Amino acid sequence: MSPTLAVVVKLVSIIALMLTNGVFMIYLLRKVLGHLHIRLGPMHVGPHGILQTMNDVIKLLTKEDLTPRLADKALFFLAPMIVFVPSFMAYLALPFSDTLKATSLETGLLFTFAVLSVVPIGILLAGWSSGNKWGLLGGMRSAAMQIAYEVPLLLSALPVVMLAGTTDLGGIVDAQAGTWLSVIPRWFITNPLIWPTFLIFVIASLIEVNQTPFDMSEAESELVAGFGADYSAMKFGLIYLSEFSNTFVMSALGVTLFFGGWLVPWIPMSWYEAVPVLAPTVFMLKTYLGIVLMWWIRGTYPRVRIDQLMDLGWKRLIPAALVMIVLTGVVDKLIVPLFNGAVSW
Amino acid sequence: MSQTLPTVAFYLLAFAALYGAISMMSTRNVVHATVWLLEVMLATAGIYLALGAEFLALVQVLVYAGAVAVLTLFTVMLTLRRREDAVRPFPVAWGSLAMAALFTGGVLLALNGFCSVPTGMPATAPGLEDFGRELFTTWMVPFEIASLVLLAALIGAVWWTGGDDR
Repeated sequence: MSPTLAVVVKLVSIIALMLTNGVFMIYLLRKVLGHLHIRLGPMHVGPHGILQTMNDVIKLLTKEDLTPRLADKALFFLAPMIVFVPSFMAYLALPFSDTLKATSLETGLLFTFAVLSVVPIGILLAGWSSGNKWGLLGGMRSAAMQIAYEVPLLLSALPVVMLAGTTDLGGIVDAQAGTWLSVIPRWFITNPLIWPTFLIFVIASLIEVNQTPFDMSEAESELVAGFGADYSAMKFGLIYLSEFSNTFVMSALGVTLFFGGWLVPWIPMSWYEAVPVLAPTVFMLKTYLGIVLMWWIRGTYPRVRIDQLMDLGWKRLIPAALVMIVLTGVVDKLIVPLFNGAVSW
Repeated sequence: MSQTLPTVAFYLLAFAALYGAISMMSTRNVVHATVWLLEVMLATAGIYLALGAEFLALVQVLVYAGAVAVLTLFTVMLTLRRREDAVRPFPVAWGSLAMAALFTGGVLLALNGFCSVPTGMPATAPGLEDFGRELFTTWMVPFEIASLVLLAALIGAVWWTGGDDR
């Protein structure tokens, strides 16, 4: 296969994955939230309502594309793309298996964070350009949130990088292969040192994807729909597709960093070669488990206030993340070598 | 083939950066100017990437697009009382022009006088590991001084906005 063709195939399959994920995740979200609220969720279109999202997609595609009269036309048009393109690019570095990944970047982790950090600019512009004060409030909150949570999110990934010795996502997965005492998988999450870091990562990634305890930028009950209030048809579709896709990417990142990526413990490496679909299937299952956990939190907790979030980000998460980096460094580079041989991590 | 693609990419990105810079200076809407600034930063990151400096490109996106552009947009929008205020008059400031010219001249002089401009590209760009090792061995002291300067700026900013307690 020529390199150009390979690139085209990769891009098309990422778009296909993104759209399939979007359609499936919207259905899953409605069902998960529905059952958490002790109701059924969509039931009428198809068995158990599985075709409901397809109907919604057709509706989105055929709806009139409105532009408010007071909108800043150019930015109003541009904003959904600034939101969508980075979340599309965020798939590029994810390792679905040893070989199934779009790119093999040495700086894969940094790449994912870097492209995702562009999303809030689109949200801010979407809120400002629609010429609606609720939209602007939503956008401003989103920007303020990003400034507060970007740092702890990046810092919470650092201890993992220190233990794995690489920022290549594939390399991070490889570092988690094998078991301790042939029972406990060597995933980073089974290392007690990583637990506080994982907690910080979960909180920061919930903020990253605008999930409910931290969804101040949308806040249906106070801001209508925040930055998305004036968008209709496929522009709205792009913004929401990007949101679901970011949820998937953050969950996939959590799986890669802490839960061994596509690895299954206790089975020999040759199995992955014998059954090529094993690793991607495991990866997708773990990722979807992570998504459902995020939605469990979403369906359970009320929204926090913006000042509470700022307090949490600046005064708690950042110092905690810094302490965890120092602690991981000290334990991994000083204490573990001292006991080397006697105690193996 | 191996040379044409990077060259085309470079010219596209360079054009994007220059066009963005000119648009940023000539637009009268401050929010649009910030968006153009963002475009310039991203194009610059693209040029780094085309040169094989992956880490530098990502840091450029993360710091300039992810943090600086968001902060700038945030501040601009926060200080605008009405959306119409975003459009500003466009005074011709000869003084600023002279200063910009002076600065450019100074930078050019400094580059020609004190720096040895590299003539060729290394065969491979150093990876993240080499970069980190270099930074924390050879350039340890300048790196720490830079962090100290930033810390001083941070504390200064906090003191500046201290408000009523002071």
